[in-house]
Order: sequence, then C-alpha cells, then structure tokens
Amino acid sequence: MEYMVEVNNVYYSYRKHEQDKEHLALCGVNLKVKKGEFVVVIGHNGSGKSTLSKHINAIYLPKEGDIFVNGMNTRDISKLWEIRQTAGMVFQNPDNQIVATIVEEDVAFGPENMGIDPEEIKRRVDFALRSVKMEEYAKHAPHLLSGGQKQRVAIAGILAMKPKCIILDEPTAMLDPSGRKEVIDTIKKLNKEEGITIILITHFMEEAVDADRVVVMDDGKIVTEGTPREVFSKVELLKDLGLDVPQVTELAYELRKSGLNIRQDIITIDELVEELCRLR
Amino acid sequence: MIKDITIGQYLPGDSVVHRLDPRIKIILSTIYVIDLFLINSFLGYLYVAIFTALVILISKIPFKYIFKSLKPILWILIFTGVLNAFLTPGNVVAKVGPFSVTDKGLYLAAFMVIRIIFLIVGTSVLTLTTSPIALTDGIELLLNPFKKIGVPAHELAMMMTIALRFIPTLIDETDKIIKAQKARGADFESGNIINRAKNLIPILVPLFINSFRRADELALAMEARCYRGGEGRTRMKQFNINKNDYLALTVMLLFVVISILSRR
Ligand SMILES: Nc1ncnc2c1ncn2[C@@H]1O[C@H](COP(=O)(O)OP(=O)(O)O)[C@@H](O)[C@H]1O
Ligand SMILES: [Mg+2]
Repeated sequence: MEYMVEVNNVYYSYRKHEQDKEHLALCGVNLKVKKGEFVVVIGHNGSGKSTLSKHINAIYLPKEGDIFVNGMNTRDISKLWEIRQTAGMVFQNPDNQIVATIVEEDVAFGPENMGIDPEEIKRRVDFALRSVKMEEYAKHAPHLLSGGQKQRVAIAGILAMKPKCIILDEPTAMLDPSGRKEVIDTIKKLNKEEGITIILITHFMEEAVDADRVVVMDDGKIVTEGTPREVFSKVELLKDLGLDVPQVTELAYELRKSGLNIRQDIITIDELVEELCRLR
Repeated sequence: MIKDITIGQYLPGDSVVHRLDPRIKIILSTIYVIDLFLINSFLGYLYVAIFTALVILISKIPFKYIFKSLKPILWILIFTGVLNAFLTPGNVVAKVGPFSVTDKGLYLAAFMVIRIIFLIVGTSVLTLTTSPIALTDGIELLLNPFKKIGVPAHELAMMMTIALRFIPTLIDETDKIIKAQKARGADFESGNIINRAKNLIPILVPLFINSFRRADELALAMEARCYRGGEGRTRMKQFNINKNDYLALTVMLLFVVISILSRR
C-alpha cells in the first residue's frame, strides 16, 4: 500500500432526505495522500474542509464513494477503532478537546481507551510529551496553559496513540502568533523526524509554504492542487476563490503587475530578495 | 473576582494522610461519619476531638483552613442550635419572651452542633488532602464492584472529571461575558433582586449556548480518540494499597471501638 489516505470520488450532504445537489458539503472529492507526506488544505469558510477531515477519521461516512485509511475502508465497522488510532485528529479549539484535569492524564486518555497496558501508557505519555516539548508541564492543570501549549498537549494526546497520520483542522486559528509558531514547528518536526503523515487544514497561507503539497478546496470540490510554488503562483485564481496568498507572493505579484520583470512563483522572502537584487 | 472561586479545596502536600490510597480515605471518612452518629456522650466527642486534631496535625494542614471550611455553615449551626434549644420539650431553664429554653433542648442543641462541626471538619480533611482527580478515581474504583447491579461507575467518574475540567473554563467564560456586557452598559450591581435576576439572563444565555457547543465538540474529540465507554479501558495510574493504608484502617477501627465503648 502506497497511500496513507485515499479519498475516492466522495459525496457528502448534511441533509438526510432531499437529494439536493445544491447543498452538497462534499461533491466528488478525490485525494490521495502518500505515506509521510505533508499536505496542506486551504479554502474559505464553508468549502468543506472540516467535513472532509471528519471523513478521514470515520466520524462521517461518505454518502457516495469510498475512503481508505492505510488500506482500511472507513465503512468497515470492525476497523473503526483501528482507523481512528491510525489517523488521529486535532481540532480547532484546544479547550474543547482536553478531557482530563492534569496534562499527563489527558495525554493518557487515548491509549487508555485503547486498553493498553499501564506501563506502556506511561512510556507513551513521556515520549509524547517530550515530542511536543511539554514534559515539564506533565503535572499541570491544562486550563492554566497558553493556547499554544494546550494545542501541543492535544497533539501529544494523539501522538500517544501512535498514529501514522495526523489530521489537524485549523489548529492555529485561535492562537496568537507565538502559539501558532510553536504548533507549526511541532507539526513539521513530527513530519520530518517521526515520518508521520500530516494533513493540515489552515487559513494562514504562510503555514502552507513548507508543505509537500497544497490542496485548494471550494464549494465541496478540490479546485487545484500542487506544490506550494505551483499553487501560489496562481494568484488570480486564489483571489477569485476569496483566498489570500503569502504576503511575499502578493508583493511580488503586485510588483509584476506594475511592470517589474520578476518571477511569478515566489513564495519566500529570500527568493524575492534574490529576484530584486538580480534586477539591478 | 469570580475567578477566585476554587473547586474542591485540595492543599497539595506530602504527609502520610496525603499519600493514603484515595479509596481507603473515602472508606475511612465514611466510617468516621457513621461513628459520629453512633456516639451519644460528651466523653465520646472528646475522643473524637482528640482523634481529629491528631489527624489534622499529622496531615500538616494549617488549622486556619479547617476553620475556613466551617465558615459557610455558621448559619446552619446557629439555626440548628437555636431550633433544638427552643423546640425540645423538658424542664424550662430560661424564658425569652414567649419562647422557653429547656435543659434537654440545650443538651440536644450542643450535640447537634458538635456533630455537624465534626462532620464538616472530617470531610474537609478528606478533600483538603486528596486531589479532585484522586477522589474521582477512588469513587470509580470503589463503585466498580457494583457495576453488575447497574451502577454506572465509569460514567459517573467521567462526568465528574469533565465537570472538574470545565468548571474553570466556564468561570473564565462567565467572566468574559460579564465584562463584554458591562462594556455595553449592562448594570449588574444595582436594582432590586428581580431586576438583578433579570440582568443575569444576558449572561446565562450565551453561557448555555456555548456550553452546548463545547459539549458537542468535546464528544467528537473524545470519539476521535477512541473513547467508547468504560468497557476494555485501562488506566495509566494504578492504585495499590500498602502498609500505611492498613495501618490507617487499623487505627480508625480502634478509634471506633473506643468511641462506641463510651456510649451511655
Ligand atoms: N453540522 C452541520 N450541519 C449542517 N451543515 C453543516 C454542518 N457542518 C457544516 N455544514 C455545512 O457544510 C458545508 C461545509 O462546511 P465545513 O466542512 O465546516 O467547511 P470548512 O471547514 O471548510 O469551513 C458548509 O456549507 C456548512 O454550512
Ligand atoms: Mg472548518
């Protein structure tokens, strides 16, 4: 099996009865995520990103089409818990996903549910807290932590289940810039060092720049995908969809429009600096 | 202001009392409470006083915390005392207007007040030396054997844990809502009781709506983390009863025997 997640022509509607094609939350989505890949999903509010992410965790089942997580069909009830353990999920609001009153107890929640041996749980909790650099807060009360710290605890809670893939649904939306950086650095590290497949949903374009692939959703469909460079060079398309591009890309785009002869696919500050220097 | 509310009153520490198994502590407290109602002589209560004081000394809880726990029930104490003193038939010892105090009444009043005081002090020692989490775990483990007859041990414990987890969050949120409403000119401090109660509505409505949203998201997050009730679940923290626990149990039983012997 080559793919971690395979979404095959999936349709989903929140409406139970009417087959109202207008109100499909997902409308023929196809997506294949390779093992170890870092995929970022962008799209404006209501484009179906959260709906898609909840499908990968088997919280929702597709009305049409199939989803495979590490080769397991999410329709297969007997694999439900294995799927949820394989593809862990981190949500937007850190407050509403922390269950216990002590950090380490919360990290232990997942493995406890899986019925793992207490000694092994302890090892996993230590490992998970170290991975997100929260080991010194093991005995703290979660409600006293900062937003970024809470979100890292939530990630540790997933890590302790030893997932192969983590889906994060706008994990930084409620955080301040420093908390955002903490969380994104943690995610990148997990991808690089632990080889965990990452599907990150975000509306901060800067977070997409280092991804292996960017997927753009609109109105329940995937409208375009490719490397960050390929996707962000389509400035006009993104703007039509009501999306931003990274600030440097925007600046380069405006400079180009006003007649400067620079490349179209700039996504980092260094690249723009280089281009500008080349002009003289 | 509202942030100062604390749940439970746990005072972290490392005394022998702190380190007792929570199950044992809950059992000991229960025995203590039952014993309070078995004792019927002042000599018995003298024993209780000495025993309780010793336990407090060993637990290294400053006495001021114990007195603090009595403050909220001061009115209940006075009420109980007065009611008993005046309403018990017997030989009249004093008259206050149309009411009369009887000797039996005074006796009974003293008894009831002492009982309630020790009841509160005893349970305070439990909650001061045991973290809410340990208490929850203790209750779950103690109730586990009764699962067969339909006691939802795990569910009760999970509810308590979630309540404990979310009380500070909701208090924070209430604080925020109050500030937001105040910034829009809401007045929570003046007016009569009915007006003030009415003014609470703009606080309670958003609080409730948010709580439901939170509950929804939490349930989703728990399911995503493979939560499926207590079945097949293990616990990271293991409790084991050691020789200190047996010692505490022995001391308690000895105390109960002595205090019951003092019965008249
Ligand atoms: N629980 C729900 N019930 C009904 N409709 C929903 C629900 N959640 C989302 N939707 C609808 O589904 C569509 C996609 O929503 P969502 O997946 O949350 O988008 P995104 O996460 O990209 O903002 C939207 O039109 C939204 O209104
Ligand atoms: Mg969303």
